[in-house]
Amino acid sequence: MAIKQQRLILKYADQPGYTNNIECYIKYGGYEQLKKAFKMKPEDICKEVIDSGVRGRGGAGFPAGMKWKFLDRKSGKPIYLICNADESEPGTFKDRQIIHKDPHQLIEGMLCAAYAIGAKLAFIYIRGEFFEGYKILEKAIEEARSRGFLGDKILGSDYSCDIIVHRGAGAYICGEETGLIESLEGKRANPRIKPPYFPAALGLYQCPTIVNNVETLCDVKHIIEMGGKAFSKIGTPGNTGTRIWCVSGHVKNPGYYEFPCAAITLGQLIYDVCGGLLPGRKLKAVIPGGSSSKILRADERFEGKLKDGTSFDWGIEDIPMDFDSLAAVGSMSGSGGVIIMDDTTDMVEALANINYFYAHESCGQCTPCREGVPWMKKITTRMCNGGAREEDIGLLTDIADQIAGRTICAFGEAASWPVQSFVSKFKDEFVAKAKEQSLLREKGEVSNQKPTLI
Amino acid sequence: MIEVNITDTITINVDGNLAQVPKGVNVIEAMRSVGKEKAIPHYCYHPKLSIVGNCRMCLVEVGSPLKDRESGHPILEDNGDPKIGWIPKPVIGCSTIVSEGMHIRTNSATVVESRNGVTEFLLINHPLDCPICDQAGECRLQEFSAEHGRGFSRFKEDKNVKPKRTRLGPRVTLDDERCILCSRCIRFSQEIAKDDVLGFIDRGTYSTLTCYPGKELDNNYSLNTVDICPVGALTSTDFRFKMRVWFLKRTKSICTESSVGSNTEIWSREGKIYRITPRRNDAVNDTWMTDSGRNLFKAFESKDRLNSYTVDSVKKKLDDALVATASLLNSNSIGVIGSPFSSFEEQFLLKKLVDHLKADYEMIQHHGEGDGLLLSEDRSPNLRGALINGLIDAIPGNELGALRNKINQGEIETLIVFNEDIETLGIKLDTLKETTQIIYFGSVDNTTAKYSKVIFPSLSVFEKEGTFVNQNFRLQKFDQAIPAPNGLVADRTILECLLLRLKGSDSPNPGMDIQTLWSEISEHIPLLSIVNWSNITEEGVPLESSDWSKLNFIESDNLKYKSKISLEVV
Repeated sequence: MAIKQQRLILKYADQPGYTNNIECYIKYGGYEQLKKAFKMKPEDICKEVIDSGVRGRGGAGFPAGMKWKFLDRKSGKPIYLICNADESEPGTFKDRQIIHKDPHQLIEGMLCAAYAIGAKLAFIYIRGEFFEGYKILEKAIEEARSRGFLGDKILGSDYSCDIIVHRGAGAYICGEETGLIESLEGKRANPRIKPPYFPAALGLYQCPTIVNNVETLCDVKHIIEMGGKAFSKIGTPGNTGTRIWCVSGHVKNPGYYEFPCAAITLGQLIYDVCGGLLPGRKLKAVIPGGSSSKILRADERFEGKLKDGTSFDWGIEDIPMDFDSLAAVGSMSGSGGVIIMDDTTDMVEALANINYFYAHESCGQCTPCREGVPWMKKITTRMCNGGAREEDIGLLTDIADQIAGRTICAFGEAASWPVQSFVSKFKDEFVAKAKEQSLLREKGEVSNQKPTLI
Repeated sequence: MIEVNITDTITINVDGNLAQVPKGVNVIEAMRSVGKEKAIPHYCYHPKLSIVGNCRMCLVEVGSPLKDRESGHPILEDNGDPKIGWIPKPVIGCSTIVSEGMHIRTNSATVVESRNGVTEFLLINHPLDCPICDQAGECRLQEFSAEHGRGFSRFKEDKNVKPKRTRLGPRVTLDDERCILCSRCIRFSQEIAKDDVLGFIDRGTYSTLTCYPGKELDNNYSLNTVDICPVGALTSTDFRFKMRVWFLKRTKSICTESSVGSNTEIWSREGKIYRITPRRNDAVNDTWMTDSGRNLFKAFESKDRLNSYTVDSVKKKLDDALVATASLLNSNSIGVIGSPFSSFEEQFLLKKLVDHLKADYEMIQHHGEGDGLLLSEDRSPNLRGALINGLIDAIPGNELGALRNKINQGEIETLIVFNEDIETLGIKLDTLKETTQIIYFGSVDNTTAKYSKVIFPSLSVFEKEGTFVNQNFRLQKFDQAIPAPNGLVADRTILECLLLRLKGSDSPNPGMDIQTLWSEISEHIPLLSIVNWSNITEEGVPLESSDWSKLNFIESDNLKYKSKISLEVV
């Protein structure tokens, strides 16, 4: 039974005949919310965003209204808005859809947000590999400018705002907001220490700055359209609005699917929305929010209490797809990148591939991440190539524990969580591999199984 | 950079003990202020550079007393102590500013484990080449690895390979494998030397320190990067592989390159100087010094240094030279060309001699280009000393004044010259040769030496003790680092002997020690009435300078100096 999507952000995106040019966007009611926003006071828009309860779609799930509230408005310095379009979390491909198929929605959302926070200049920091998206955005910005939606005295008002699209050069760390800011300033994307460099006070060029995800900024447009209260009715309290789940891995129909928060369970997403697993396969594990989120084992029981005190006892298929439920089971909804693994997956190899990614992407600024993450990668790669030892298992956890919580930015956690969760939840597989390989080594033989490593 | 304000203090709790620390400083400086700097090891933090927090060695646990949100009253434990809200993750001490009532754990299980982790991480790709590493003995990584960490390696993989001998500039050599990427050198180049030539290339564990293409680390402060490098990555091309640092004797000294008077440390062994490094003085040079100042000792190792007393170019004993000098000074027309390079004590005795002989005294100033940092326009260490001693009462020019005319007209029978080369003073050498007998105190074999009747070779600043007065009228002491060559004695002793002899005593070296001399100085100079040799501290003594506030000193603004001109503009 297929469950029908309830789209908000991608409502028109895949409709036949819907294109990404401005005529089409206006035909479908585009830029009406910008006009509406200009009739409101900026502080009222901020209040609507707080009322909406919308949480950041980039990964951490921090309430966007609260983020705006922290903005230092008394500094006398210019305020900047940055759209974080450096979508690089493995398993995530939602922002790309918005940019490619509905760029004007992002521009309208950004202008509404910029007006609300008082920014006269906004940036879209787009991932270097999204060259197509970059061209689409540049074209869309030119279209918006020629129609008076962007630039000097927008729609005849006193408010002026411009948007600059800046391409990254291919580094995952540029998605970390302070790393992004450094990169935007033309430096190496070394994340800044917080305190003191909280972007809301000391962001781009040491000025107050708000950095929001593409999807979050699109939400702002819808919050203005329907009002914060109405928006907060979508989903459940504390988990408002829709989310675009990017499903990849061993399912019949991988793709992006938009649902209100908590409208479906993980089981429904896998079996009803994505058509289930390939024939003859069994579900083994799910990474629910991009590669850095902790893995969930298919046969786990999840028991505990939600924030509001209700107790739960779920199997993996019962987990509601929202921020709080996924956090309650010890993982996170992250960037919405749901990676499904069936019983053909070698967990050591899967972890080795994840470690490869994080070792490659560590910026190298602070010690634990710079040295620890490549060390974990070297261990898991060796484990896949016939050199696994039983002591590696404890060592991996030790190294991950020595990194998490000790670094400048959240990359330390992002790289440690997969290791911690893979090793603790699939310890049996790691042990089995180590035993098997040490036996082969003793005999002087080589495994005939070729590892699949990136 | 954090300025420590001693007067305003707050109370914090460190490992269960209360401590009074300055307000507004970070946790590392707070610990330093109570003498516990060892409690928080760190690599990347440097008190004079911006804070980046990248080494993660200074992780500590921090908490603050909890307050009731509504009433604002402190929440108490059952026993009445304030309840502490601990931050769940360890935080870096370098970027955490202390606040009233803050609790800090510098030795808890979490903190120890964090440090051990960082130490292990720093070592996995670090070459184990301490036995051949120049930094051994003064390496932070070596020290902290002994104190923290496991003592054995769990790393079974291949280590990273990076360039081992990169020439960053004419004086600095880089071993990239040893680099722990603390970025101190980069920040120094950007923030202090203002010569932004260093940076990292590549990413993650392959990050490599390098110079921008086509550029070199060749500014006059490049060797400071070697000083602040916590490991053996940046080494001095001149000093590397010459000597183990633990064999070297360290002597506190003052740089004579300019009126800045940077505080220095002389590293020597068996009478030979191996290197000079800066010594921290926040009122003078912070923790820096010029590269050129570090090389000054080499001038005294050169072959044309004067090394024996001579009369009429014949080697003589000191006594014979003194006798010859005394008879030359039995004259009615004596001129003295003093030197801003002489120590304060030498100038004091010279002033006595000049007064006794009723001689014409003059001095010239040594002018150079200032760099706005630690090299000032006045290229002598002790011009202010001559002002305080009363040898001069105005800023001398670059050339001699009335004394030159007298010499050129043959009116000076005996001329005492300190340091200067008469060839550059605008003196007619032909007349001089005919009419004037020269007594030369100096170390360089120059024209003055060639024309001199008597030569007293001077000692370098490294071979004697004394004081200088720097650009900010700070009296600074230097100690003797190495013995004088060939049994030479300091100018100070020669002047004392000469004074005694002129007053009729035949006794040889009076052996007046510097303590006794200083009691005489403080008796004679009211400004120094409370100063004696033993109370001149390492930091120096700032002197009241208002008597000279009308003089137009040539120095322009530099690191710790505000010229009068710029003050007026402000």
